[in-house]
Amino acid sequence: MIRPHRTHALWYAFILHRISGVALALFLPVHFYTLALALTDPERLDGFFRWTELAVVKFAEFGLVFLLALHMFGGLRLMALEWLPWSDRQKTLAAGAAAMSFLISGVFLLRAI
Amino acid sequence: MSSDADELEVSVWRGDNASGRFEDFRVPAQENQTILDVVSWIQQHRDPTLSYRYACRVGMCGSCAMMVNGVPRWTCRTHVKVALKDNRISIGPLRNLPVIKDLATDMDPFFDKWVAAEGMHHPSRTRDDAIEQINPEDASRQEANKGIECINCSVCYAACDTVAGNDDYLGPAALQRAWTLYNDAKDAGKLNILEAVSGKGGCHNCHSQGGCSHYCPNDLNPMAAIAGLKRASALSFFKGRK
Repeated sequence: MIRPHRTHALWYAFILHRISGVALALFLPVHFYTLALALTDPERLDGFFRWTELAVVKFAEFGLVFLLALHMFGGLRLMALEWLPWSDRQKTLAAGAAAMSFLISGVFLLRAI
Repeated sequence: MSSDADELEVSVWRGDNASGRFEDFRVPAQENQTILDVVSWIQQHRDPTLSYRYACRVGMCGSCAMMVNGVPRWTCRTHVKVALKDNRISIGPLRNLPVIKDLATDMDPFFDKWVAAEGMHHPSRTRDDAIEQINPEDASRQEANKGIECINCSVCYAACDTVAGNDDYLGPAALQRAWTLYNDAKDAGKLNILEAVSGKGGCHNCHSQGGCSHYCPNDLNPMAAIAGLKRASALSFFKGRK
């Protein structure tokens, strides 16, 4: 349960950035391993590509792209917060990062299916 | 006997740093009533041993902050209706500080960190010099002005998860004070300030969760001040000063 003092927009932005970061860190070794199959075991890679055609995998990829976009736009917001002149619109920027991430991952999903 | 709507169900933390529990009280509801009024009523009518701290009652002294339904608030300016949930209120001591007794916390760590952040004036002139003229329209003066209404209530300190997780972290109030002095043309300790705030417990620990700015009762923005210190200390580093 989220404790009462954490129930505000920028804390949610923080926790989403943290969760997406950890999730991507776990994903990347798997991603590189899969890419390496192109050199070490191309037939297995082809089998993996066939598996990615499943609808449930496409939807999982949508989640992955959403997390990736969220981490990227959220990270850009944080870098702007720390390096550019201060903007009071942090909640709007965080909401914009989430909206852009949903847009990008939604477009990805529509093209994939 | 009063009906439920005429009474508030109030849970108040009783205990010290080692142990304690919430004790329930029923307090008469009033049309205009602050959380501090509720605590005072309990102390005056139910249990005179209840310990808490307040002074001005008008939001100037910063001594009455407590956790109200899990959120840090200045209790003298928090209306019961704002905090009430299902006719219940829980009132506890400020988070992230040692508890002396009941609702009174030991503020020493909070103020020690003001000193550790060089949150004191570093004179640029002596008493024999003429008073330095400051242009109120100057950009750095405007930046300094943003933080000078801090009342040292420690609400931001209690709201901060980085403080909770890192004993060395100076915290939002001390860092905002440092940023205010960094922008003060009459302060001659800018490098001392940058050195103090860029160390182990300094501004770069901040995760920009924004609890400090969200809960500041005076609508100040410590998160922006900490971002300013991050910029200033990083630029100073790249310029080879520190």
